[in-house]
Amino acid sequence: MTVLDKLLQLLVAVAVFAAVMGVVLFVAGRARGRRTDLVSGIAFTAPAILLLLVGLLYPAGRTALQSVLDASSSGFVGLDNYIRIFTQPDLVIVLRNTLLWVVITPILATAIGLVYAVLVDRTRFEAVAKALIFLPMAISFVGAAIIWKFVYAYRPNQQNIQQIGLVNQFLVWLGFEPVNFMLVLPWNNLLLIVVMIWIQAGFAMTLLSAAIKAIPGDIIEAARLDGVGGLRLFFYITLPSIRPAVVVVITAISIAVLKVFDIVRTMTGGQFGTSVVANEFYLQSFRLSELGMGSALAMILFILVVPIVIYNVRQMRKVDAR
Amino acid sequence: MTVLDTKDNAGIGPDIVSAATSRSTAAKKGLTSPWASLAALVIAVLWTIPTFGLFLSSFRPERDVQRTGWWTFLANPNLTFENYAEVLFGGSQPLAGFFVNSILITIPSVAIPIILATMAAYGFAWTRFPLRDTLFVAIFALQIVPLQVALLPLLEIFVGTGLNGTFWTVWIAHSTFALPLATFLLHNSMREIPAELVEAARVDGAGHVRIFTTIMLPLMKPAIAAFSVFQFLWVWNDLLVALVFAGGTADVAPLTVRVAELAGTRDSDWHLLASGAFVSIVIPLIVFFALQRYFVRGLLAGSVKG
Repeated sequence: MTVLDKLLQLLVAVAVFAAVMGVVLFVAGRARGRRTDLVSGIAFTAPAILLLLVGLLYPAGRTALQSVLDASSSGFVGLDNYIRIFTQPDLVIVLRNTLLWVVITPILATAIGLVYAVLVDRTRFEAVAKALIFLPMAISFVGAAIIWKFVYAYRPNQQNIQQIGLVNQFLVWLGFEPVNFMLVLPWNNLLLIVVMIWIQAGFAMTLLSAAIKAIPGDIIEAARLDGVGGLRLFFYITLPSIRPAVVVVITAISIAVLKVFDIVRTMTGGQFGTSVVANEFYLQSFRLSELGMGSALAMILFILVVPIVIYNVRQMRKVDAR
Repeated sequence: MTVLDTKDNAGIGPDIVSAATSRSTAAKKGLTSPWASLAALVIAVLWTIPTFGLFLSSFRPERDVQRTGWWTFLANPNLTFENYAEVLFGGSQPLAGFFVNSILITIPSVAIPIILATMAAYGFAWTRFPLRDTLFVAIFALQIVPLQVALLPLLEIFVGTGLNGTFWTVWIAHSTFALPLATFLLHNSMREIPAELVEAARVDGAGHVRIFTTIMLPLMKPAIAAFSVFQFLWVWNDLLVALVFAGGTADVAPLTVRVAELAGTRDSDWHLLASGAFVSIVIPLIVFFALQRYFVRGLLAGSVKG
C-alpha cells in the first residue's frame, strides 16, 4: 500500500463515520413532542452501546466459553485448561512470576514515588524534578524495554572488549566479572520488574504529591509546634493523612502490572523463565493457536483484576469524599 | 450502584491537584536537610540516566556504539545522524512507513471513541429513556474487563468479515476498548454543568442536538482534551492490540510492532535499536512537554483503564 492508499482508507473511514453520526444527529434532531427524549436518548447512546455489545461484551462471553473448550474450540474439556495452568510446571512458573510482578512492583514504585514526592515537595526545583521522574510514563513499554535492555547489555569478558551496558561496566569497575543478566534465574525477573517500577514510580509520585499538598496546613503547623518534625512528621502525620491515596495508587499499579506483556516480550520474549500470564496469553492464543488455553489465561487475568478494581473504586470514593 | 452518586470517581487526580494549589502556601517545608536533597538527586539521576544513555548512543556512529560505552563519549566525541537516516529510510522495512501507520492508526482511534463517548455521555446525563441508568451502570462495570478477554473472538469476527489486515480492525478495537472509561469520565464532567443552563436553552426552544453542540461541547473542552491526550498515548504506545490485529503486515503495523521486532531480531545492532526507539518515543515526548497539564490529568483519570 502506498501512503496515498492509506490516506484514502483514512478518508473513507472519516466519511463513513461522519455519515453515521450525521444520520444519528439528524434522527435525534427530528424528534418532536413527547417522544423527543426517548428518540434523542436512544440516538445519542445507541452507537456506543452497539459497539460495546459487538466489540467487548460478546467477545468476552465467547472467551469465557472457549476457556472450557479444547485447543480448536470443538470439544468440551471442563476445567482442564485451568487445571493445566495450575499444575503444568512451566505454567506454574508463569504464575509465580506474575505473583512476583504484582507484589513487588506496586510496593516499590509507590514507596519510591512517595519518598521522592516528599523530598522534592515545595523545593525550588520541584517542577523540573517531578518532570524527570514522570517522563517515563510518556514512553511506551516497548521503548522502555529497549532503554533498559541497553542498561543490562552484556559483552563477554575478554581482552579488548569493553562493556557497553552501564550495569556491567560498574561490575567491571568494581572488579567483578560481567554477567549476562537476562539468563540468570530468578534475578532476571527482578530486572524486568525494575523497568515497570521505573515507569510507574512517576505515576505514584504525581498522585501522592497531589495528596500531600492537600493535607491542611494547620495540621502540619500544629504538629511542628508540638516539636514533631522530619521522619516522625512523615510517619505520624503525612502517611496517615494520605493513606487512601496510597491504596488507590497501589491498586492502580497492580492492575496495570497484571496486564503488561510488552516489557517481557521485548526484553526476553518470555524465555529463560521470565514469562508472565499476559505474555503467556498472547503466546498460547496467537502463536501456538491453543485457543482453549489462551482463553483460560485471559479469564485468569480477568478474575485477578476484578477484586483489585472493586477495591480501587471503593478507595477512590473515600479519597473523593474528603 | 451507589458508586455513581459521587461525582467524578476516577477523576480524583484533577480534584486533588486543584485543591492542592489553593492550600499549598499554608504548610511549611518538609525535609530540608542536605541528606534529603542528596537522596532526591540520586533518584532523579537513576531515573534519567537510562534514557540519556540510549539517547546519546542513538547519535553515536555504529563503530563507537558497538565498541565503547556511551560514558566514554567525551573521550571520542563523534556525533552523527546516520543511524536515524538508516533506520528511518534504509533497509527493506524503513521505519518511516511505520511512522505513517502509527499516525493513521492513532487519529481515528482517538477521535472516534471520544465523539461516541461524548454523545453517549450526553444521552445518559441529559435525556430520559427506559433502562437509562441500568445501561449506564453496565457500561461503567465494563471497565473491569481486561481487553485480553476480548481479543481472540474479536479477531475471529474480523477474519469472518474480511476486515482482517486493514486499519479498520485497529480503529474498531481501540475505539471499543476506550468507550467504557471515556463514557464514564465524560458523563461525570457533563453532570457538573449547571442544569439551569440546559433549562434556559430548552425554554428558548433548543432541542437536544442544539444543546449538545452549542452548550455541552464548548464547556466539555477540558475534559475532552484530557481524555484525548490519555487515549493518544494509549494508542500510540500500544503493542498488544497492534500485534494481534495489524502485526502481520508492514502495510498497517505501527512503530511499536516494528521496533519490538527489531529488538528481537537485531538485538545487537544497538545503533539502530537506539535510534529506532527514539523515533517511536519522540511524538509522545513532544506531547508530554507541550500538554503536560492535560497529560497528567488524562493519565490520572485513566490509570485504571481496562
